[in-house]
Amino acid sequence: MTQRGPFLFLVLLLVVAGMTSAVFRHIKFNIPFLPGTQETVWQIEAKINFWGDGMPVQAILSLPSNQADYRIVNENTVSSGYGFVIEESDGQRRARWSKRDVTGEQTLYYKVELVADPNQLRNAEAQPVIASVRLDEPYATAAQAIVSAVVPRSADALTLGQQLIREMTVIPHDQNVALLLDRFALPTLFSDLLALSNVPARRVEALILEEGRRRQSLVELVQVWHDGQWHLFNPLTGLITDTTNLLLWQTDTPSVLDVIGGKRSRISFAIISQTRPSLSLATSGAQGMDAPSLSLYSLPVEEQNMFKLIMLLPIGALVVVVLRTLVGLKTSGTFMPVLIALAFLQTQLIPGVISFLMVIVVGLFIRSYLSTLNLLLVARIATLVIVVVAIMSIVSVLSYRLGLEAGLSITFFPMIILAWTIERMSILWEEDGPKEVLIQGSGSLLVAVTAFLVMDQPLTRHLAFNFPELHLVVLAVILLLGRYTGYRLLELRRFSTMMGGD
Amino acid sequence: MWANPITLWRKGILGMNCRNVAYIGRYNPRERYPLVDDKLLTKMVVRKAGVAAPELLLVIRMQHEIEHIEQILAKFRQFVIKPARGSGGKGILVIVGHDGDNLVKSSGSQLSVADVKRHLSNIISGLYSLGGRTDVAFVEALVTTDATFEHISYEGVPDIRLIVFKGYPVMSMLRLATKQSDGKANLHQGAVGIGLDIATGRGIAAVQFNRPIDRHPDTDHSLTGIEVPHWRQLLSLAARCYEVTRLGYLGADMVLDVARGPLLLELNARPGLTIQVANDRGLLPRLRHVESLDELQHFTVEERVDYSIEHFAHATGALQPSLWDTAEAQGAAASD
Repeated sequence: MTQRGPFLFLVLLLVVAGMTSAVFRHIKFNIPFLPGTQETVWQIEAKINFWGDGMPVQAILSLPSNQADYRIVNENTVSSGYGFVIEESDGQRRARWSKRDVTGEQTLYYKVELVADPNQLRNAEAQPVIASVRLDEPYATAAQAIVSAVVPRSADALTLGQQLIREMTVIPHDQNVALLLDRFALPTLFSDLLALSNVPARRVEALILEEGRRRQSLVELVQVWHDGQWHLFNPLTGLITDTTNLLLWQTDTPSVLDVIGGKRSRISFAIISQTRPSLSLATSGAQGMDAPSLSLYSLPVEEQNMFKLIMLLPIGALVVVVLRTLVGLKTSGTFMPVLIALAFLQTQLIPGVISFLMVIVVGLFIRSYLSTLNLLLVARIATLVIVVVAIMSIVSVLSYRLGLEAGLSITFFPMIILAWTIERMSILWEEDGPKEVLIQGSGSLLVAVTAFLVMDQPLTRHLAFNFPELHLVVLAVILLLGRYTGYRLLELRRFSTMMGGD
Repeated sequence: MWANPITLWRKGILGMNCRNVAYIGRYNPRERYPLVDDKLLTKMVVRKAGVAAPELLLVIRMQHEIEHIEQILAKFRQFVIKPARGSGGKGILVIVGHDGDNLVKSSGSQLSVADVKRHLSNIISGLYSLGGRTDVAFVEALVTTDATFEHISYEGVPDIRLIVFKGYPVMSMLRLATKQSDGKANLHQGAVGIGLDIATGRGIAAVQFNRPIDRHPDTDHSLTGIEVPHWRQLLSLAARCYEVTRLGYLGADMVLDVARGPLLLELNARPGLTIQVANDRGLLPRLRHVESLDELQHFTVEERVDYSIEHFAHATGALQPSLWDTAEAQGAAASD
């Protein structure tokens, strides 16, 4: 047994190191200690399909930029074997994929994560140049006639836009409008008429953000310059006042997607929204900066999600240590409850407890038959693993048929651990009777539920993932508890008969 | 219903955490555990050191050795089959006689030769061992219980548990099987524990499931006024086990045989805490007292036993007030 001094010094060192690092990162990188407010993140996936004919291919996709209401926090592409580069010109960003010798159907993905940010600074934009419009006869005359009829009815660019749209959408159409619409699409005509009236206007492609949409396409809208900024018009309905769920994808180029060397190209968009703590967003946005050195943010999203779970394990271990050395609960298998608690995190508590008990009870029934077969240990456990797999699949299929989605989450339970738990409980039953099974079983469940409740706290999740150095403090506490020589809570009950007479 | 931890501490009650960290962790070297976890190995080792134990009749290591076992077993009138690595009395089969080809258990029920063979096979394949490791079965002579215990034990053989700390016997208890404990002297399963005065071997208090009782739950015989014979020999036997194993905190389980006197059954490197309830005394004052002793003070087993008899008698409550003195003495020794 080492001396007390060095041991306490080690514990102190761990606490100080953990705390200092956490405070330092809090100040330096502005990572908050509290989970804080949640923000909605839109994840948009653009999927490009085309056919290659054995020719070199270039695919050019216009990309959205930071804009009034949205800030880009993350973007990436999936395209195996393609060269990829992001270019920018005239304020429009473009992705360029390139590859030689492309045959067959090709799929390219571009994913972007945006967060709604109303406080985004609006860059003052320069007065745009009015596009010169040249129309052939008889269209030029017709357009001029509309302009000269509508302009006197307007006060400024906005009212002019409103009036033009009214003119173009009123049924029956004016003769001039009918002539022009026969030749031009509505948004094109609208922006040309504005240009003829000396009002700067441009066509843009926008995406309407709606949760859980797939196979969406872009909508063509028109922006009208007025009073130093752009205003959005829908050529069919007029001025758009509420732009919150509109994402401008492209503001300048003739087409959103150009595929050179391929054919039958198609683009579609899928949209999902997620709620996330605003802070982890701040840090994931700051990837470029030489940010948190001891950072998990630099990992790919999938691994980050993995670590969100892994980082909760020490917390669960702490709960087990506390409940065993301070309270004195008996569990079946030391850390089995933590693994069960991790499964609860995915299944949620009530469905988790129900399916856990179901597997254990059914397993015990089958195990009691197995004990009459007199099998060797390894074969017995292997049999139990298969039994557990069978129970899981039956429960999943049945609950799916019955429309109980919760039943499907049963697959999150660690199967080998369940098999061992059944084996241990069964031996316990045979040797020490059902009472001991009940004590250890409920002890394990109690520890698992407690660990789940602790790990499921937003604060715990936030701190465990965003301040991994705090695990040094957890470690220090566990080390201290490892040297705890005081009584356990349940021992106070056990020795209660020794209180009488001194 | 709940004890006050401060009072418990004052009375010197040893808790599980304290036992694990301050005694088992500090005084029991890990590499010596196999010596006590394997009962057969324990038997072999203690025999060399002159510690008496029930006679070893037969060792069965392989499944094929079971085949013609009935011819060998027929030679022994009364015997016990044990797994070497069993714990808590699991897998122990007591045979008290033969009835034709059948064997008679201590409960009176009969077993066929095939039953016994299956039991042996189970032992060897690890059914009763910790973690299911393959095991060895051994057969030893049945102990004939001393007449003292005739009325107070149900079926099984009563055994005497002695806690030996650094070679000094510090606390002891008599364990009696009950119907509830299925003939096993296992306190967790409902066996009765009776605290024994280290100085005299006289009974102090009886407990079952951590609660005091007066009479045996099955035989209804009074449990007060018990006096274990051959007491001094029992203490010496247990104290000698420290030399053999070098385990500082040791539980020695012994039986009294009518013909041979005290015999060692098995050793335990993690003896339980209920012994304190049966003695109505805490272990800590005695453990601290031993810790405060000079290592070179007592050389021989007999010297240590004498010292224990003198200082750890139940009646002399003298150790209680000195709890703090010895704690300080220990602190002073540690800072040296």
